[in-house]
Order: sequence, then C-alpha cells, then structure tokens
Amino acid sequence: MVIRTDRLSFHFGDQQVVKAVSLEVPQGSIYGFLGPNGAGKTTTIKLLLNLLHAENGTIQIFDKDLQNNRIEILSQIGSLIEQPAIYGHLTGKENLCNRALLLQVPAERVDEMLELVRLKAAANKKASQYSLGMKQRLGIALALLSDPKLIILDEPTNGLDPNGIIEVRQLLLRLVKEQGKTVFVSSHLLAEIERMATHVGIINHGELVFQGTIEELSGLSKPLVQIELDNGVDAANLLTRNGYTVGEVRDNTIFLPYTNKEDTGKLNALLNQNNYLVYSIGKVQKDLEHLFLDITQNT
Amino acid sequence: MMKGFILSVRSEFYKSRKTLGFWCSIVLPLLIVSLMFIGFITHSDKLGHLPGMMLWMSYVGPISIVMGNLLLPMYIIFVAYSVNAMEHKADTWKTLFTLPISKWAVYSAKYFYALFLVFFCLLLFYVFLLGSGNLLSVLKPDLKFNDFHIEGFLAQVYLKLFLVSLGILSIQFLLSLVWSDFLKPMGIGFVCTIASLIAVGVGWQYAYFIPYAHPALALNGLMRTPRPTPGQVPSPPKLTIDMLTNEVYVSLVVAVVIFILGFFIVQKKSVK
Repeated sequence: MVIRTDRLSFHFGDQQVVKAVSLEVPQGSIYGFLGPNGAGKTTTIKLLLNLLHAENGTIQIFDKDLQNNRIEILSQIGSLIEQPAIYGHLTGKENLCNRALLLQVPAERVDEMLELVRLKAAANKKASQYSLGMKQRLGIALALLSDPKLIILDEPTNGLDPNGIIEVRQLLLRLVKEQGKTVFVSSHLLAEIERMATHVGIINHGELVFQGTIEELSGLSKPLVQIELDNGVDAANLLTRNGYTVGEVRDNTIFLPYTNKEDTGKLNALLNQNNYLVYSIGKVQKDLEHLFLDITQNT
Repeated sequence: MMKGFILSVRSEFYKSRKTLGFWCSIVLPLLIVSLMFIGFITHSDKLGHLPGMMLWMSYVGPISIVMGNLLLPMYIIFVAYSVNAMEHKADTWKTLFTLPISKWAVYSAKYFYALFLVFFCLLLFYVFLLGSGNLLSVLKPDLKFNDFHIEGFLAQVYLKLFLVSLGILSIQFLLSLVWSDFLKPMGIGFVCTIASLIAVGVGWQYAYFIPYAHPALALNGLMRTPRPTPGQVPSPPKLTIDMLTNEVYVSLVVAVVIFILGFFIVQKKSVK
C-alpha cells in the first residue's frame, strides 16, 4: 500500500471533521477520494501531508510512519491542495523555477512541465494575470515537477473547461500507466472520477462510508426491472396486489427489483393479460451518480 | 538541514527580488542620502565655515537621528511584513511546509533573509553616506569633508543600529508570520514605536527594556563636549560610541528568545 491510515481522526474546535478514517491506497492506483463539499476531504489530505497533525490514528506512506519520516516521504510526493498556491508577482515560469531551486530539480524540467500543461506561451506572463484554469494547470505542473511517486491532488479540475478536464484525466491515466505512479485525487463529482479511478473512497461527514475498487462500487448497485407502459400508477397497484414490491413509479415508468429473466417474462405476461400496453421492459443498473447520492445521503 | 536552509534563503531572494520589500532596502538609503546630498551641494556656501568633524556630523546626524527615531523601526516593521506577506498573499505556507525541507530550515531562512535585508539597508546607508560625503568634497572643495575621517565611527554607529534592530525584527517577524493582514503587525508596531519615543523623550530610565526604543537610545550621547576645567580653553566636542550598552544586550536577548519561540509556534501551527 502506498497510503495506509489507521483510524485517523481530527477536529477543529468541537467539530469532528475526520472520524476514524482508514484509507488503503494501493500502488499504481488512481484513488478517487469522493465526498460532498465539507465532508472532510481537504482536511484528510492535509493530514496526509503533515500540514495538520492527527489527534488519533496513524498514517503510513510508502510503508513508513509519516510522523517519523516526514522529509523522506514528502520528497516523493507532489501535491496540489485547494486552490493552487502561486506567487502572483512572479511569472508562471519563475514560479516553477523557484520550486525547482528548492527541490533541486534541473532547469530543463521546468520547460518540460510548461510544455506538459500547455503553458509555454504564457510562461513569461505574471501568474496573477492567469485565468483560474491556467493557475490550476500551473498548480499541476508544480505538483509534478519533482517527478514524485505519489501525486496527491485536491479537486484538480476546479475551474477547468471540459477540454482541460479531459486533458488532466488523460495526463493522470498516462502517468499511472506509463510511469507507474500512484494518484490520490479528491473530487465532489463522481462523474469526473468514474472514468479514470481504479479505486474509490467515499467520505461523508468525516466518515469513510465506502472504500473499494470501482467495480465493487458498481456492484453495490442492485439491478432493477424498468417497465414503461401506458398507465404507470394503475399498473403499480396491480403488481402490488400480486405480491410484487414496486420500487419507484415515475410518470409511466415503474422500477422493481430484478430477480431473473423468467420473473421479468412473467411480469410482462401479467401486465399484458390485464390489458396494459407495455412499451418497453428490461434490466437496468442504477448509475454511479445515483449510487453516490444514495450512499452520501443515507449516512 | 544546512542544505535546506541555503536553498530556502536562495529561494527567498529569488521570490522577493521583484517585491517592494526588497527594493525598499535599496531605494530608501538612496533616496534619503540623495536628498541630503542635494541639500548640501546647493547650500555649500553656508556650510563652508564648518570644520570637518562638525560638517560630517551635520551631514550624517539628521539622517541617523530620523533613522533611529522613526525610519528604522518603521522599515523593520515593513520588511518583516513583506517577507511573510508574500506567503500569506499567495497562500503558499502549505507548499512551503510540504517541501522535503525541515520546518526549522524554512523558518530560519525566512528570518535570516529579513535580517539580511535590514543589514543590507543599513550597509547601503553607510556606503552612500561616506561615498556622497567624499564626492561632495571633490565637487565643492570649500566643504572640508576630507579634513576628518568618520569611517570608523560611522561604521560603529550603523553596526550598533543593526544590533539594536534585532529585537524589533524578531517581534515584528513573529507578528507578521502569525497574522496575515497588514494592519495588526503594523498597528502594534506603530503604537509601540510611538510609545517608546515618548518613553525615551521623557528620559524614562527603564526605556531600554522596550525593543522599539532601542534605535533611539543607541544614538543618544554620541557627541560629547568634555567639561571644561576652570582656567583652560574649552576642548572641542568628541565623537564617542559605547557599543555594548543595555539596549544592545536587551535587543539581542529579545531577538534570540522570540526567534526560538517563533519556531515552536511554527512547529505547532496547523496550516488550515
């Protein structure tokens, strides 16, 4: 495991922000750390970077205790926390050069990074004049500058346009695939993470409510039978009278738990025998977005 | 750790070389000495009668007194603010403390850099004053600057000013580190400076316990006229400076204590 935390807790004043969070981030994964705004994502990330000190629990990164190996561990992490930290009075390139100086990274790497995040043309422009998206890209370049093994990004696509979001996603996928990096990326949007994450952790009110692979998350969602017909409400009553559990009735669409093909056929026959006109019937999976909402709203 | 410290100092220079705080250290001595220089060159006819020592004293004296009383404390307040404000404004404390560099190195490099700026500014004052004084005696030979050598004495005065700056610098540095807005450290610094000036002005005997009073105290009694003994011709005033006075000791002790205290605050400080 690249990151392993054991019952991590933290509070600001009397508000418990992180409650016994035990993360497990495997090597070579893209770990999507999901949760609504204010769920404790940024606080957890700050704990992982030793910016905040956990009151309870332990943090192990690269199988070493963070508290006792702070500098060694930090030298292998690149991070972007909240809005990117950029000196507005320096140009984009100078921001990178300053960091390169501190990290003792060769100067060529600065140009490579500018190229990578497509800021070459704006390299000599003051960073205070950058758009939000450009600042975000510069922040990503700063995080990747030292060629770290672990990349921790807090809402990296904030303020990016759809093109920018796709680019960041492809970049992260490439880093993991070609260079074996591990990426820990937080977001409040599942849709954004869904297309790249291999693993997901969902945090809500400071508690980790789900952790597993993306397949395991999809597996949580129970399949349903979706029936579209001419009179939804009456048909739902008929099905209830016949012992079925009707889930949701939306306009003229009814949802019921899926059991097997035969039962679906019987359902169809029953509706037909009672003169309901069935337009369509089939098995559907709840999408992850709804699942995410269910998980975060039920906790 | 030493490597981290050196890297951090270099980075401080790299970051600040385009800020007002840095340029202030150069422009302030340049501007003030230039004004004095212009004043002397345009009024040289009225100053020609002064002997070398008095001439030098009337050249460096007013600047040094304004320095001690107001300019130096205000400048220190500003420099301490400036090096910290850079990080507050850009929200970069979090990146500084996620660098693979010890917190001690990051903190002490920043402090050292502020200290360097104060030293540099005072050094420039010294160099510009001496240079322009000698230039005046070349341009206006009736000004007898070259009759008297003030280099050694002036160096001691500015060194003493530097030593007594350290107490204020440590306090202001810590205030600016903890608070991100300008008003709090500036307001506290300003009130303390004024209060100290009053304390020095009324001759309070324990004024040397207030760091903000140190620059003003350091410049007290530099020119002494020996008491004439009856029956003898009064001897001319003498320039004397006592380097190790109470205010120097207090300043150094305050500087060290607050500097160490500051580190513990940084160590405990959560970056929210």
